[in-house]
Amino acid sequence: MSSLFEPFEGPNVIGESRTFWVGFWAVVALVLLYPLIAGAYSTLQMTVYFIWIFLALSLTVIWGYSGILSFGQTAFFGAGGYLFGVLGTNLVQITGETAIALLVTVLGTTLFAAVLGYFMFYGRVSGVYVAIITLAVTLVLELFFTRSTELTIGNATLGGYQGMTNIPRQTFELGVTNITLGPVTRYYFVIGLLLVVYFALRYLVNTDFGYAMIGVREDEDRTEMLGYDIRLLKLKVFAIGGALAGLGGGLYASWGQFMSPPIMGIASAALPVIWVTVGGRKTLLGPIVAAFILQYLGDQIALYQASFSVILTGIILIVTILYMDSGAIPNLERYTAERFKNRDATEEETA
Amino acid sequence: MAFINTLLSYGTAILSSFAFLVLSAIGLAVIFGMMGIINLAHGEFILLGVYGTALSYHEIGLPLVLAMLVGALVPSVVGWVLERTVIQHLYTRPTDSMVATWGVSLITIEGLLLLFGPSYPGIQRPFGPVRVGTFSAPIYTFVLMGLAVGILLFTYYIFMYTEFGLRARATLQNEEAAHSLGVDTQSIYTKTFVLGSFLAGIVGGLYAPVISVEPNAGSRFVIAAFVTVIVGGANVLMGTFLSGSILAVIEGIGAQLVGTFFGRALLLIAAILVIRIAPQGVSTFIGEYE
Repeated sequence: MSSLFEPFEGPNVIGESRTFWVGFWAVVALVLLYPLIAGAYSTLQMTVYFIWIFLALSLTVIWGYSGILSFGQTAFFGAGGYLFGVLGTNLVQITGETAIALLVTVLGTTLFAAVLGYFMFYGRVSGVYVAIITLAVTLVLELFFTRSTELTIGNATLGGYQGMTNIPRQTFELGVTNITLGPVTRYYFVIGLLLVVYFALRYLVNTDFGYAMIGVREDEDRTEMLGYDIRLLKLKVFAIGGALAGLGGGLYASWGQFMSPPIMGIASAALPVIWVTVGGRKTLLGPIVAAFILQYLGDQIALYQASFSVILTGIILIVTILYMDSGAIPNLERYTAERFKNRDATEEETA
Repeated sequence: MAFINTLLSYGTAILSSFAFLVLSAIGLAVIFGMMGIINLAHGEFILLGVYGTALSYHEIGLPLVLAMLVGALVPSVVGWVLERTVIQHLYTRPTDSMVATWGVSLITIEGLLLLFGPSYPGIQRPFGPVRVGTFSAPIYTFVLMGLAVGILLFTYYIFMYTEFGLRARATLQNEEAAHSLGVDTQSIYTKTFVLGSFLAGIVGGLYAPVISVEPNAGSRFVIAAFVTVIVGGANVLMGTFLSGSILAVIEGIGAQLVGTFFGRALLLIAAILVIRIAPQGVSTFIGEYE
């Protein structure tokens, strides 16, 4: 089993023991079985939590692994959603499918991130400057979409603060017929993409490129002295983050068939930062779990009182930063790793 | 006559934008310049000043100027508590302090929403309009412009001519040396943070009669403050003044030609272009003056 997953293992991810993989596939199996147990409506509700994970992973790559704190992931997520909305609405009438729209959405947000990244990293901006620039970009985008009441592109109306409606669902051309994804098929589509992304990232962070990313995080100057072009590296990482967030945004738009500006507001922009902080920024799995749990809990509390949910998030954020520097999941992992040490010889402490 | 009208409206737009940019940024710039820490709750600190002013004006019935001063005390106290409980543990982790203060920002926005609802009664703008022919603009705009310069000078005075300022600059230059020469650097940081919060509060008070009093009004200030600080760089006063002036011209003209949003978007584009040419902001061109 371990040889099969060797390309995805290394010191830069947690979980390579036999116990881990058994647990991992058990969870995946549960996730895959969920629609059969819960029915279509709950599956529809559940899908969005997996979509948020793309947003979480985009920040994990940028901040967690490369040390670039970006507050702009929801800008790419939102831009991806709107881009998919505009492209999908227009293209679905011509081609009858939305696969191209999703593809172009991902390319578009990648390019957006690359351009912004070029100006920042080739200007040698780092640290808090990157954070405030990306946040300013996010807030200005929110302002733009809020003001865009009258704006229509082709058949798509952006809708201003009321949001963009009637965004088409994922439709694929299969031979001669087109298949529009329903609640359950869309769930499997999202889970499938998520697994691909997760394994691709596990692979990426354990390649030479991944080591260079971590080199930048740990010591920029040293990595540069070793001969790496850290400007280009940061640009690439930022573009990957833009692609992941854009993919998430595209999926989100077709999931709810709706996009609105608050997704780029200051409260939403904080979400990925919270997930990654709480989940543990130096792991992939931590932010995934944190995004899922925190977002689910947040929504449950929001049913009762939306403000409490946000206030609780704020408190969790401050407490994590102050008392659990490396995040909750790595602490948990360390704790269980120590407990299982005697039972499982291959278990290793990787933090 | 039409030409003079155009000239006047452009001039007013630029002055009003200058006041807004400089006033939004000053508290943030003081804390960032002296401590290297970005307070992401800065917009909400200004908002606390707005709420403090509006509350003491409406509920207690204080005269406006007094209400503004009382309003400024609210974020000062919050700033003090925040510094003592959170920020002081994060001096060496600037990005983490941003994340933590973001938490504060979220708590403040939602707290205000829970306490006072989606909007609170505003305050009427003092003074009337000034008229030149068919052109008219509120006198208060020019008052704000004057106060923006006044507050910059006040901050300059504090850092250049007071005992605290001397010790603060020493701490900035070389914390260890200052500390071993008997400067209580910890207390300097706390005082600097409270000063920055107080300035944010004053600005909130000044804008209380201009903006609508809403829990999410802080993000307007925070965009302006960020952009001004990015372009201004680490040099607190000259940087803020210069970048405020340059950006005000850009935003004022953009807003007059196309619209408010266009002006705001131009600001951001200008900021991104500036960092490509001069990553340290316009401070690069000033050199060391302190």
